[in-house]
Amino acid sequence: MPIDILDFEKPIGALLKEIDALSAQPRTRERQQAIDALERRLEATRSEIYGRLTPWQRVMVARHANRPTVLEYASRLFTEVTEISGDRRFADDHAMVTAFARYKETPVLIVGHHKGGGGDTKQKVYRNFGYAKPEGYRKALRAMKLAEKFGCPVLAFVDTPAAFPGVESEERGVAEAIAVNLREMAALDTPIIVIVHGEGGSGGALGIAVGDRILMHEFAIYSVIPPEGCAAILWRDSNRKVEAAEALKLTAPDLVRFEVIDAIVPEPPGGAHTDHDRAAALLDEPLARALAEVSAMDPAARLEARYRKFRAMGSVGIRES
Amino acid sequence: MAWFKKARKPMGSATAEKPSRVPEGLWVKCPGCAQVLYNKDLESNLHVCPKCAHHFRIGATERLRILFDEGRWTEHHTGLASTDPLHFTDTKAYRDRLRATIDATGMTDAVVVATGRLEGLDVVVAAMEYAFIGGSMGVVVGEKITRAIEIGVDRRQPVIVVSSSGGARMMEGVLSLMQMAKISAALARLDRARVPFISVLTDPTTGGVTASFAMLGDLNIAEPKALIGFAGPRVIEQTIKQKLPDGFQRSEFLLEHGMLDLIVDRREMKAVLARLLRLLGAAPAPVEPPVEMATAVEADQR
Ligand SMILES: [Zn+2]
Repeated sequence: MPIDILDFEKPIGALLKEIDALSAQPRTRERQQAIDALERRLEATRSEIYGRLTPWQRVMVARHANRPTVLEYASRLFTEVTEISGDRRFADDHAMVTAFARYKETPVLIVGHHKGGGGDTKQKVYRNFGYAKPEGYRKALRAMKLAEKFGCPVLAFVDTPAAFPGVESEERGVAEAIAVNLREMAALDTPIIVIVHGEGGSGGALGIAVGDRILMHEFAIYSVIPPEGCAAILWRDSNRKVEAAEALKLTAPDLVRFEVIDAIVPEPPGGAHTDHDRAAALLDEPLARALAEVSAMDPAARLEARYRKFRAMGSVGIRES
Repeated sequence: MAWFKKARKPMGSATAEKPSRVPEGLWVKCPGCAQVLYNKDLESNLHVCPKCAHHFRIGATERLRILFDEGRWTEHHTGLASTDPLHFTDTKAYRDRLRATIDATGMTDAVVVATGRLEGLDVVVAAMEYAFIGGSMGVVVGEKITRAIEIGVDRRQPVIVVSSSGGARMMEGVLSLMQMAKISAALARLDRARVPFISVLTDPTTGGVTASFAMLGDLNIAEPKALIGFAGPRVIEQTIKQKLPDGFQRSEFLLEHGMLDLIVDRREMKAVLARLLRLLGAAPAPVEPPVEMATAVEADQR
């Protein structure tokens, strides 16, 4: 699958082109050595570029068209993945995936936004580009209530630009749908692990992101508003998005510092989009560890700890006299 | 025309020392019916146009004055202030913006938490202040509303939050976003304690405030024609690439779509809140001794 090359990845693109060209020719010993050398340079170049990404570059990586989707992680890490559908009230929202599956013997519920990544335009439209509507949040909650009822941990994969900002969203109460999820997830009596693996777009992300552990991918972002929107409002110029991305402190290292997330999930050197298998393998260990930790807790203690966790959010920014 | 003033800017946000209300003697043109109103008359009518019932925006202090018996209340958690955790700077530093707003409004942030009596019922009220950076919710607003809910849980007193907010405060980034989850978690506890929570939505209530506590009332009550929604109208217009119809995202629209329990005129709000709270089981508090007597007793004990 050809991968989109981002602006700042041009040296990577050039190397990939050279490798492709050599690989297309009949294989010889020398050629293979040249390819191997190029591969090494590619890996080094990727590490170099990705080792000093600016916040805005991270935004572009987090939104990368080839970034693995919830279902790509699911197919690699889980077995018996079985999607369920619908909110039983209005519709089935394809921007929100809900599936029962098995993770290392344990039945789990997977919940996650899906942007239609890796697919064609038709796929993206089918998924509404990951913009979930009220029925998506209600579908997620219905599934999570089932997980609670049957004792399955919830694994929530967060990757959305925002909740869908359209007329029907407002008519059907997207604000209410998100709000109810926040309240119910705070008290849902089953382990919840949140994985912010792509774009954590404000309330639309948070609507499935209350849990016992919050993991975040190395190059993912999590923000109160998209940098473009922030720039349009505060700078009155959406082209100031680069500065806005900087100011918003939306990167994983920032959010560790602010005690919003618990751990950073490492990605392959050039980002999760370059190697889905390796990205999934890198998620496996931190996910298994987080799940084991919270599953071992007494349920009442776990709920109390979850409450305390969110109760403390923002304390780092308050002075009390 | 210098003798009347456009009344779009929020009024009545002030403390006693620093009134930012339109000065007395000025005239105000009603945006609802274009009637020119004497400001003092408007004020005595709770900032509702006597002719067309247009509800002018009011500040947190004015709101508390309307709701609490004899305009008396105790304010809580006044010592909280934002440290500007992101060191946020856009065209100017957030720190400076915050300082200027604190100086202009005499408030430390965009919400006032108060306890007192509403028709003799003990209640906790958190009233938001739109004049304070658009009533936006940052860490201080989130913390204060959470503490208001905790007072409600501890004392088993109904909680009323009066919203007036553009949503989460951008300058405090994802920490602002997290306040939605924090407050909602506190509301889950109030819910389990079976203590009533009434959300009063006033113009405007949007974004992360709507998508958390404002929509989680046991009862959601709005003032007439308030703008209430998740996405702002401009964002929606950009999405659908057409103009929105009149009345979209107004209280009446939300009532029609099942998101509100009722729309109540500001002049009736206190009476309706009291009636509903009584119906939900709130009982009048015992009559407290006059303040002087309480002080005297305290002095005697020393
Ligand atoms: Zn009027």
